[in-house]
Amino acid sequence: MLELRVDGAAVAHPVLGAIEVRVRAGDRICLLGPSGVGKTTLLNAIAGLDPRLNPSPGADSLPRVGYLFQEHRLLPWRTVRQNLAMVGANPTEIERLLNAVGLLDAADRLPDQLSLGMARRAALARSLAIEPDLLLLDEPFASLDPDRAAELRELIARLLDEQPQMAMICVTHDARDADQLANRLWYLAGRPATLRWDRSLSAGASASLISEELRLLGV
Amino acid sequence: MNGSRWACWLALPMLVAVWGVAALVIDTPLLPSPAAVLQTFWLAVQSGELPHHLLVTLRRVLISFILAMALGAALGVWMGRSRMANAVLDPLLVLFLNLPALVTIILLYVWFGLVEAAAVLAVVVNKVPNVAVTLREGARSLDPKLEQMARVYGFSRQQRVVDVWLPQLFPYLMAATRGGLALIWKIVLVVELLGRSDGIGFQLHMAFQIFDVASILAYSLAFIAVVQVIELVVLQPLERRASGWRNAGVQHA
Repeated sequence: MLELRVDGAAVAHPVLGAIEVRVRAGDRICLLGPSGVGKTTLLNAIAGLDPRLNPSPGADSLPRVGYLFQEHRLLPWRTVRQNLAMVGANPTEIERLLNAVGLLDAADRLPDQLSLGMARRAALARSLAIEPDLLLLDEPFASLDPDRAAELRELIARLLDEQPQMAMICVTHDARDADQLANRLWYLAGRPATLRWDRSLSAGASASLISEELRLLGV
Repeated sequence: MNGSRWACWLALPMLVAVWGVAALVIDTPLLPSPAAVLQTFWLAVQSGELPHHLLVTLRRVLISFILAMALGAALGVWMGRSRMANAVLDPLLVLFLNLPALVTIILLYVWFGLVEAAAVLAVVVNKVPNVAVTLREGARSLDPKLEQMARVYGFSRQQRVVDVWLPQLFPYLMAATRGGLALIWKIVLVVELLGRSDGIGFQLHMAFQIFDVASILAYSLAFIAVVQVIELVVLQPLERRASGWRNAGVQHA
């Protein structure tokens, strides 16, 4: 169990209100919400990147976080392999990860020599290389064509299956992503933004249905 | 495009030709012919005088350059990263930027005597503010997104400086180096002229006192040639090597 309190209200945060976040090992959360509501801001706060908001851990120490940013944020002057080595992965581990994301052939290319989808997979490999307790994905399927997006969705689903203990929070606009990846749904709304909805997904409560429900409720 | 490759070989020979004709027509020791300068140069090389003074000057340039770059870069990056440091140090920076080189040189010679340390220090004090201003600009342009990435992935201090900052600061370091060398050897000559008993600046001073224009030109040309060689042999290859990754994406497309 990973507990984080992000209290934006206490520091008059311009975007986030008081948010209590409880993530269990193995949680697969999709974070939905209108554009510009603060989904990325919440991810950054959870990753400890917002200087105004120190995530206060509950019982345990802060989790090890792997973060797939919207942009790949690989070091452009280092090859894919070197970028993975930079976060502390050993050569065997790098081979395994690059094989898993299908980038073995591109291991010695520079990030600018990769297509958008390849660069995102390389960044995904890096986020897994640190063996995270919590994987944060910020719109991993944005600006990919439908085929590439579907491939990446399957890849992420497969990688998550291999790591049942790892928790995941994935920001997305599309509730269909949640149908495939998530077992839990968060809905962030309002200004300052708070979690309006935190529900486990089970049969009969698919994310698409829930988000339709939310839309009708006008939340 | 082909024509422009040869065009750069036009201006210099023409200058030498005009100089040669003018020297021939005016016929005064105050404007020696190119041949006379070449002869003076050759004699100075053979006697070992010119290489000696040239090496002394280059050593001063090198030492002051390294000190000025190290201090200026550290100061600039610090000021670019910390608003507080910038607020405190900026007035000092403006003051030293506007302080004439000659004033620093004279004051340091007066205070410390005509010693080597004062000479080098004078050059460093003149150059550090320029380096700091350039590197401050570089530090301000560091990509905050890569900073976040480095924090999330727990980069060590060394990784952050060497692998994240340095490649981004490299163009600014090169700009400071280029401008730095050009400024430093001009100041070094003045420092030598005013208070040292060796080096190119000292030799120019001696030649000036007896109006030996041939020596003045011979020493100057030798010096300019060495500077050009450093630019071509050291700086340009370094720049090409370190910015190779920038062209990678273009080749891919």
